[in-house]
Amino acid sequence: MDLNKTVGQPISRLEGKLKVTGVAKYAAEYEVDDLLHGYVVSSPITKGKILNIDISKALRIPGVKDVLSHENRTKLAWFDLQYTDMDAPPGTVFKPLYDENILYNGQPIALVVAEDFETARYASTQIIFEFQQETFETNLRNNLDKARPAKKGFATALKPPPPPPTGDFENAFENAACKVEAEFQHGTEHHNPIELFATTTVYEGKGKLTIYDKTQGTINNQLYVANIFGLHYKDVRVLAPFVGGAFGSGLRPQYQLFLCVMAALHLKRNVRVVLDRKQMFSFSHRPPAIQKMRFGSDINGKITALGHSAFAETSNFEDYTEPTANWSHKLYPSPNTLFEHNLVPLDVYTPMDMRAPGGSTALHAIECTMDELAHQLKIDPLELRLINYSEMDPSSKKPYTSKALRACYLEAAEKFGWSNRNPEPRAMKRGNKLVGFGMATGIWDAFQFPARVEAMITKDGRMVLNNATTDIGTGTLTVMTQIAADELGLSLEEVDFQYGDSKKPFSMFQGGSAITSSTGVAIVVAAKALRKKLLRKAAEMDASPFKKAKEDEVIFSAGKMHLKDQPEVFISLKEIIASNKGKAIKTTNLGKPHMLKLRKYSLATHSASFVEVEVDQDLGTVTVTRAVTAVAAGKIINPKTAKSQISGSMVWGISKALHEETIMDDHLGKYINANLGEYHIPVHADINQLDVIFADEKDDLINEIGTKGVGEIGLVGMPAAISNAIFNATGKRIYKLPIHFDELI
Amino acid sequence: MNNFEYQQATTSVEAINLIENHDGSRFLAGGTNLIDLWKYNITNPTELIDINRIAELSEIRELENGGLRLGAGFKNADTAYHPVVEQKYPLLSKAILAGASAQIRNMASNGGNLLQRTRCYYFYDPEVPCNKRVPGSGCPAKEGYNRIHAILGASEHCIAVFPSDMCVALTALDAVVNVAGPEGNRSINFADFHRLPDDRPDLDNNLKPHELIVSIDLPEKGFAANYSYLKLRDRHSYAFALVSVATALELDGDTIKEARIALGGVAHKPWRSAEAEDFLRGKIANAESFALAADIILSGATGYGHNDFKIKLAKRAIVRNGLMALNPESQLPGAQPSA
Ligand SMILES: Cc1cc2nc3c(=O)[nH]c(=O)nc-3n(C[C@H](O)[C@H](O)[C@H](O)COP(=O)(O)OP(=O)(O)OC[C@H]3O[C@@H](n4cnc5c(N)ncnc54)[C@H](O)[C@@H]3O)c2cc1C
Repeated sequence: MDLNKTVGQPISRLEGKLKVTGVAKYAAEYEVDDLLHGYVVSSPITKGKILNIDISKALRIPGVKDVLSHENRTKLAWFDLQYTDMDAPPGTVFKPLYDENILYNGQPIALVVAEDFETARYASTQIIFEFQQETFETNLRNNLDKARPAKKGFATALKPPPPPPTGDFENAFENAACKVEAEFQHGTEHHNPIELFATTTVYEGKGKLTIYDKTQGTINNQLYVANIFGLHYKDVRVLAPFVGGAFGSGLRPQYQLFLCVMAALHLKRNVRVVLDRKQMFSFSHRPPAIQKMRFGSDINGKITALGHSAFAETSNFEDYTEPTANWSHKLYPSPNTLFEHNLVPLDVYTPMDMRAPGGSTALHAIECTMDELAHQLKIDPLELRLINYSEMDPSSKKPYTSKALRACYLEAAEKFGWSNRNPEPRAMKRGNKLVGFGMATGIWDAFQFPARVEAMITKDGRMVLNNATTDIGTGTLTVMTQIAADELGLSLEEVDFQYGDSKKPFSMFQGGSAITSSTGVAIVVAAKALRKKLLRKAAEMDASPFKKAKEDEVIFSAGKMHLKDQPEVFISLKEIIASNKGKAIKTTNLGKPHMLKLRKYSLATHSASFVEVEVDQDLGTVTVTRAVTAVAAGKIINPKTAKSQISGSMVWGISKALHEETIMDDHLGKYINANLGEYHIPVHADINQLDVIFADEKDDLINEIGTKGVGEIGLVGMPAAISNAIFNATGKRIYKLPIHFDELI
Repeated sequence: MNNFEYQQATTSVEAINLIENHDGSRFLAGGTNLIDLWKYNITNPTELIDINRIAELSEIRELENGGLRLGAGFKNADTAYHPVVEQKYPLLSKAILAGASAQIRNMASNGGNLLQRTRCYYFYDPEVPCNKRVPGSGCPAKEGYNRIHAILGASEHCIAVFPSDMCVALTALDAVVNVAGPEGNRSINFADFHRLPDDRPDLDNNLKPHELIVSIDLPEKGFAANYSYLKLRDRHSYAFALVSVATALELDGDTIKEARIALGGVAHKPWRSAEAEDFLRGKIANAESFALAADIILSGATGYGHNDFKIKLAKRAIVRNGLMALNPESQLPGAQPSA
């Protein structure tokens, strides 16, 4: 019996052609009649008050409909509880146009609405503001005295504070045979997806809205809009079938959504608001962080003390945390530990999850410290990891549901040629270039959220599935179609996975590399229920050979249900539906993590990155000449889309290590390189050979499909591997990212 | 709406007449800098005079004196790939190709390249002070983030740098800029075309109001045997130079007969030192000589904190590029350091 399996096949993205031919529509591209255009006015000051707004000149400009500000906006539910979103950290959610107070530079302070975008933008320059400026603080290092632990709240569930101290850290560190004390730093980073944040709101009348929004969570934004504007949630529909990248920035509703909906309701018109590139730097970002590390080991490299204290920026209104200090002890056993994560509130917007939040920050510091430890101990860096390898999670003392990190290390090292490394810095040379090899470990969460899927077989024998998730470019549509096709023995062409719509059954926002496991599991659960219903229906038919068949006695293949032991006995799905008077057979089911069972385990994905760099010996220019990353992330549904996630993350890691940084001028309290010409990310010339390996990791415990998610893990180890390679090349340990030649000459 | 008029000129005389008669008008060439500045609200032309249809501006032709005339309207990409430029003036070709992106070079004109404005963050942000944008308002770069700023020839009023790559090569090649204006035509030596900020940082160059760049002349000598352009920046393509060097050598065996060294990314104009070039005359072309020349070139250099590294980097870049000029084959795409 040929069971046509698509899971595990390198299927190209099903929507790829729509995207590359420009057919796919993004939030700002929907053609809507009688559309008004909003342009956001951003605060030029960092902190203070708006004393006066004079909009008279702007209003006289032909085509301008209105200027909304805190002085004339609609009355709203300003209660925090109603105002919140699913990803809000503890604190008070930022409320656009709430009052005269300016909390950060670039804050939206008015919305000009006009017949066209250009008129709105021009009118925005004709509003006269009077401000009262106050002193502000934007520098993390200068404000370390304000550091304090994060407040606890909703978000703490996914982002737990670091575990309490164990043993006697100070004593153990003091007396360690080998110790490394180092401080790491990286600057602010902005997500900068190519698609600008944009919302098109269609005012349907009778309190109904259809909203095309750039988001990673259609339902999150639906509830947010309904709550704030006092609408029935069923009357608010948020659609986001295509998302031009987001990387975390779409996990929370951004202010253009609020302003667009407010204007639509206020003017009872269809409105579009698109941010410009500079405004893309006016909300969420990865917070700058300072991390103080103290690792100690015995003479053989066994770690005896792990100390990690992180200090990260947050805003003055919310306590955003990314787990940092939690990671080292999930990898390496140590009898003595001391972990802290502290926040420093500054006059900036609240930071937010950006691809591998916390993980990429922390593992940079952890894995560079490990590299230094290895260097001092004269132990090979990979060997040091193996000496401290743990099958279980030392921090929780629970076993991992699966952990193929050892295979990652060994397979990637083999492919890379790690054994050719000369441990002596500056020992490997190629002409003018110092050559360095570096490696680092990656670890990241394996989340699963509850998700609901409606699945049906229609009269033409096709399978239709509905779920509210987005596809932020990761290949969600493709992998969900694969999972569903295999469950019902159909071809990919016979499955329609419909998504990106808040009207569809529940999905959390698409973050934390969780959607494949979340919606994927729900599909498996729904498919099982559907098979049962199909069998029951088939059994009801006259003289049905399936009358006595149990669920596990039938199989589905090529659009038919067969008796497992007598494959020549079958009925087509079409015939079953025909016997249901042509009505689709449907089911809606919830897939959810098995909390009770999983409580006994620790869950994580792992990776190992190996990097070769060339550093010009006189000029300090750095090139990542090749890199290999091996990933253990459970079952890989689609090796092609998964590989794209990992190699894309590796590019991101190169960016984080060598290029990317939003520069804050602390005198002005604002970012000064807020455009893609000066906010550097790698270009083709910076990227050379990248190899991806998926280690075999069978995980029957984690969920029904054995997946862990691959959206972020590929980034986690790269920055440290690059830094370590630069150390091996030059003998210089650079503690601050991004690394420029400034420090290498 | 910010309305403006648009006119097309077909001759230089017409273009000059048009610009003279309308306050706030600007020549439009490729628009790659002008339109950006406009969008950022840094310039607000009330009239555009499109000079892309002026035949005289779009020619490229060999001159009787053995030189080459580059029309101001000729595109950067077309210039870089022109066979005569590739063969006789490969330094210019390499410098152009090290700049911007393929798309921008396809649009950018030679005249516009000379007149592109600084990339100083503070100049680009109309919400903050900048003496170049609003004379007398101040210079936040001095105390601010000045990693990309000048180490040579700066003034208390302005520490911005001129960002062009092409102009670094043109400086080294002793090009001449031919301009036409209300008061007639004149030619300006390249070294005198751009200026240092002094107390007028609002002026980038010595062009007079309403003057039109018609062409750029390259002298006969192209240094095609020994030349190199090196560009150091934060990524391997599509970023402005933190330090760049154009080196052109004329050798007699391993003795230097003539040396030209121009630096980009370090001052308000491409930087050359006659003293250093005199010093090199008659010296052996080796790392030691280049290092001594580099010391002369950078003798007056000062950093402002974040850009202190540029002094050391520039010295080393001069040495490396000197060696690369001895073996031009060692140049890599994107003007990266030799392998
Ligand atoms: C993202 C980005 C990256 C870049 N990177 C680099 C780089 O790495 N290296 C580099 O060298 N350059 C770089 N550039 C700059 C680019 O080279 C210039 O923008 C371009 O050369 C300008 O030419 P243009 O014809 O488009 O000028 P325009 O924008 O049309 O004109 C610029 C100015 O010159 C005036 N003007 C134009 N022609 C004449 C004339 N004939 N006579 C008198 N006035 C005239 C205009 O009125 C205007 O004021 C970059 C640009 C961008 C946008």
